[in-house]
Amino acid sequence: MPKLPKLPAPPLPPPLREPPPRPGESNGKGGPIEEAKAAGINVVDWVDERTSLSGAGRWLMFRKVPKGTNWFYTLGSATMFAFLSQAVTGVFLAMYYRPDPAGGAYESIRYVTNDVFLGQFVRGMHKWGSSVMVILIFLHMGRTFFFGAYKYPRELNWVIGVVLLILTMTMSFTGYLLPFDQRAYWATIVGVNINGTGPLLGPYLSDFLRGGSEFGATTLSRFYAIHMLLVPGALAALIGAHLYLVAKLGTTAPPWQKAEKRSELREAEV
Amino acid sequence: MVSDKRSKQKSKYTLDRQIPGAFEGETVTRRRFMTGTAHTAGAIAASAFALPALGFAIGPIFKSTPAHWEPVGPEGMFSDTNYVPVVMTVAPSIGEAGKTTVYVRKFNPEIDTDPYDKDTPYIAISSRCAHLGCPVRWVDAAERFICPCHGGVYDLLGRRVGGPPVRPLDRFYTRIKAGSVEVGPRFSVNSELRRFSPRDPGEPVDGIGQYLYPSRPGAQKL
Repeated sequence: MPKLPKLPAPPLPPPLREPPPRPGESNGKGGPIEEAKAAGINVVDWVDERTSLSGAGRWLMFRKVPKGTNWFYTLGSATMFAFLSQAVTGVFLAMYYRPDPAGGAYESIRYVTNDVFLGQFVRGMHKWGSSVMVILIFLHMGRTFFFGAYKYPRELNWVIGVVLLILTMTMSFTGYLLPFDQRAYWATIVGVNINGTGPLLGPYLSDFLRGGSEFGATTLSRFYAIHMLLVPGALAALIGAHLYLVAKLGTTAPPWQKAEKRSELREAEV
Repeated sequence: MVSDKRSKQKSKYTLDRQIPGAFEGETVTRRRFMTGTAHTAGAIAASAFALPALGFAIGPIFKSTPAHWEPVGPEGMFSDTNYVPVVMTVAPSIGEAGKTTVYVRKFNPEIDTDPYDKDTPYIAISSRCAHLGCPVRWVDAAERFICPCHGGVYDLLGRRVGGPPVRPLDRFYTRIKAGSVEVGPRFSVNSELRRFSPRDPGEPVDGIGQYLYPSRPGAQKL
């Protein structure tokens, strides 16, 4: 008896059919690459389903920017990356640094510079990066000023920016003491005394900074704590607020950008 | 009875405001009381860590330092016409950074004619510049104290003769104990060499300056 061709199975009624794969779920037909891709998407989806962070991310990253936006608008981001570079190099420098005024501080910096692998490079990044950050802040501030981007409704962002500038200056001042060489010591003596020349509150500010009436045993650790704990925390929080306001209010067009007239209005004028 | 004006406003009694469960004479709703309690508890909890931390940070401002006397050399070591630099410790346990140079000279009635100096056996002048605290040095040839940082210049008595300093160089109390000269607490002087509690560099003590730049709370008053 000749073999009859096999007839296709009759279609199953919908309730009995195998459900199609859910989004992000593999039906087992893809290769390992497909599987890996799906796993990554799964993880992102799992987090997003529980936090709705993707909406916030889109809100922050995919904004409309005005026509005429140019390279000057990158100075703020550049400043932020300078801050991040300072934060990362600072954390790793802190692993070697000892705030010991009786010689340990200088010795630990000498050790980082001369003996640690890439130590001179990372310390150099931190040292020169601080100047870069201050320069970038002033360029960013100049851009904001000359483009009139501080005006309504962005005044509060200007104010936050000024506080960020002051905090950065505090970072520069407190960080300058940490190598604890002659230059650091005498610059700090002079700097603290400049603070002291403010009337009425100045003398108290000097005493607070030194932790006493003279440059003493706790001054260096005080500066170190301000430099790596107090001010960076405030800086990070205020950078967050600064960025939030930038995303919320949007950026301004450069002042030379003229508003485009709608065509029917242009015709009416002619 | 409340006046007409008052009666138009909401009554302060919960009973009059038709709040369910209100009782006679009650003015604060339970919801308001609960909110207030939660806020108060939060404030107490926050101040329980914030106030001690703040006090801990600013405490050194109010700390008084005990008078510290340090022998710097035998009496015969010093002349009454020129300064001898000696090193004394102003901040213990931080090594070289805690030391400072003091210029010591025997009291000379022909030079030290100011009435404030008459009981002092030795004149001890601080090398801390009264401008911003750099170390001045005594230059024999010029008979001047000269500051390397910003060009402050002082005469033999430590009075400013040039540059940015706002007052003369600080001085230290001196005494003689068992044949050796001891240098004690610091004090500041104004342009007439009148004595003041120690001030930081850059703070004038002439005229209104002594009030604009008060001495620290922990300093021993003169």
